[in-house]
Amino acid sequence: MHVGLFIPCYVNQFYPQAAIASLQLLRKLGVKVTFPPKQTCCGQPMANSGFEHLTQECNDLFLQNFSRFDYIVAPSASCVLHVKQHLHSTVDPALAEGVRSKVYELVEFLTDVLNVENLNARFPYKVGIHQSCHGLRGLGLAQMSELNAPSFSKPVQLLNMVEGLELVSLDRPDECCGFGGTFCVAEEAVSVKMGKDRITDHTKNGAEYITSVDLSCLMHLEGIIQRKKNAVKVVHIAEILNSTW
Amino acid sequence: MEKITKDHAALAEAFIQNEEHVDWHDGALWWIRQKRDIASKKIPEWEALREAASQIKNNVLSNLHDYLLQFEANATRNGIKVHWAADAEEHNAIVYSILKEKDIRQLVKSKSMLTEECHLNEYLIERGVDVINSDLGEYIQQLDNEPPSHIVLPCIHKRKEEIGALFHEHLGTEKGVSDPTLLTRVARKHLRNVFVTRRAALTGVNFAVAETGEYVVCTNEGNADMGAHLSDVQIASMGLEKIVPQKKHLAVFLRLLARSATGQPITIYSSHFKRPREGQEMHLILVDYGRSRQLGRPAFRDSLKCIRCGACMNTCPVYRKSGGLSYHNTISGPIGAILAPNLDMKKHADLPFASTLCGSCSNVCPVKINIHDQLYEWRQVIVREGYAANTKVFGMKAMAWTLSSPTSYARMGKAGRWVLNNIPFAVNNKLNPWFKQREMPDGRKGSFDEWYAKNNDQTEEADEH
Repeated sequence: MHVGLFIPCYVNQFYPQAAIASLQLLRKLGVKVTFPPKQTCCGQPMANSGFEHLTQECNDLFLQNFSRFDYIVAPSASCVLHVKQHLHSTVDPALAEGVRSKVYELVEFLTDVLNVENLNARFPYKVGIHQSCHGLRGLGLAQMSELNAPSFSKPVQLLNMVEGLELVSLDRPDECCGFGGTFCVAEEAVSVKMGKDRITDHTKNGAEYITSVDLSCLMHLEGIIQRKKNAVKVVHIAEILNSTW
Repeated sequence: MEKITKDHAALAEAFIQNEEHVDWHDGALWWIRQKRDIASKKIPEWEALREAASQIKNNVLSNLHDYLLQFEANATRNGIKVHWAADAEEHNAIVYSILKEKDIRQLVKSKSMLTEECHLNEYLIERGVDVINSDLGEYIQQLDNEPPSHIVLPCIHKRKEEIGALFHEHLGTEKGVSDPTLLTRVARKHLRNVFVTRRAALTGVNFAVAETGEYVVCTNEGNADMGAHLSDVQIASMGLEKIVPQKKHLAVFLRLLARSATGQPITIYSSHFKRPREGQEMHLILVDYGRSRQLGRPAFRDSLKCIRCGACMNTCPVYRKSGGLSYHNTISGPIGAILAPNLDMKKHADLPFASTLCGSCSNVCPVKINIHDQLYEWRQVIVREGYAANTKVFGMKAMAWTLSSPTSYARMGKAGRWVLNNIPFAVNNKLNPWFKQREMPDGRKGSFDEWYAKNNDQTEEADEH
């Protein structure tokens, strides 16, 4: 099994520690992982702003980088969902379809492909899970609160394997944080208000860390937390699952 | 009244100024979302019901032409006078001509979002007809000369103290009185007089049954019934898409509607109107007003399945934080944002962007409209049709260019982090909307690219396993 590690642009630039944790975690679990060096972005920022027609070059680059791997894994539900739904090729549609079907978000790769049953990880803190909407409602990483259906959660399944970690329960377990790509600047007031309210839900329920499968949500929440000089911290789930302190 | 000077983002920002009020608004709607969750989870077959409703509506939209003619024939046979209106203007003119013929100058209306869409009140008032909205929330909004902010809860953005002040001004209640029961009694007394004196009543339509030619109106206050039963002339306005094929299909929709809307098992009144009383005239106006155009847009056709429950508004975090009036359209919230661009793409170009695409709306929708996917699709259409701001077009082209080349991307990424670290005031200023209430991400850690290039020699060994 040869995995291509897909590190989204903003993770590469601002959150290298989450990318490093993803790489180390996969290798620790015995997976052969390569990071193709010429990757940029999945094209989602343009597409979600109504400019999907400008994303063909991003698509072509993605195919060039990743079509040779058995699986493509990324520590970002949002980017994975975008690739799954919108990766197209004008020259080789079948190739794009094949790639779309082997892209995985890190958590679902661990639970569904590697069938991980234990992790040698320790994280002795109170943690609140921020469900990224694309992970939850797009990739189905957990049951959605709106539906009348049995509950499950892949992130919880993994976090329960981490020694010392205590999950806090939230008043609104799967409400959006308000990041929303360019929404976070185009609708700045609403975006920040949504983020503030999410943070309050975590802090009033005692979370020391907010974790998520998506750093885009966490980047937005962290920006607000730091401005407010709040004590709660954000951490990508890969860093918890890879942690040994 | 129609003039829009601000877009959703600006109107929402103004609404958010009073944070305590926003928290209250958000909490009130979230409470209704929770009631909806509880009600829907009491029914084991809930998801199957949603699927059934969705399929029935798919069938209706695929056979709309036939069902409409069947409905018209049956309704006419029942003694209802059926009219067809292509647009708002035609609809309003039909209502006016019906009233004029009888020399009626006063109309009592129960809740009808369609007549709000058509701006019927303004049209009639200009022609000397007095219109009173009899639904309590709508009545309050009318007193305040404001459109409804929510299709089910028209004045949900107002607190009881604000309503008390309105009643003091318009209905002569004592200053400072805000007890809901007392205020409701006062409104009821005023409305009772309206009902008794009006000769004409207009209602909306929730469902029209093709098989029988009857229509169903759902209210909690009984105001539609009160108006209709006391009137000499009864008028119903309905959008073309309100058809259901058979009476038995109501069993699916009536179970879904109130549970989705407010968490009630059923609306208090689900009234069936089939034929006029002796001596009464009954009119029904079938209104297109953009619906057939929407039906012809494959990506957006499903929006016509909507039964106007408002669940997507209650669950939408953007709606809860920004208020219904910030959508500057009769139908607000997520469903409004996919319906409005069909009516006027330029005027409503901002609405599909007033969403994070979180998808909660599609999950609560009782007829399974893929609302968030349609929001995404509208964004593509709006940009393609040239309604995106030039600055945005330029920015997106620059972004696409940078991201299409690994070299330019690496250079820009490094440059961006260098700027953050060395001249932070270049981004940490008021012109940067991210920075207004948020710190910028930390660019000091270097990129993963750089780390991988340095460290991979030893880590790559794992590849050999």
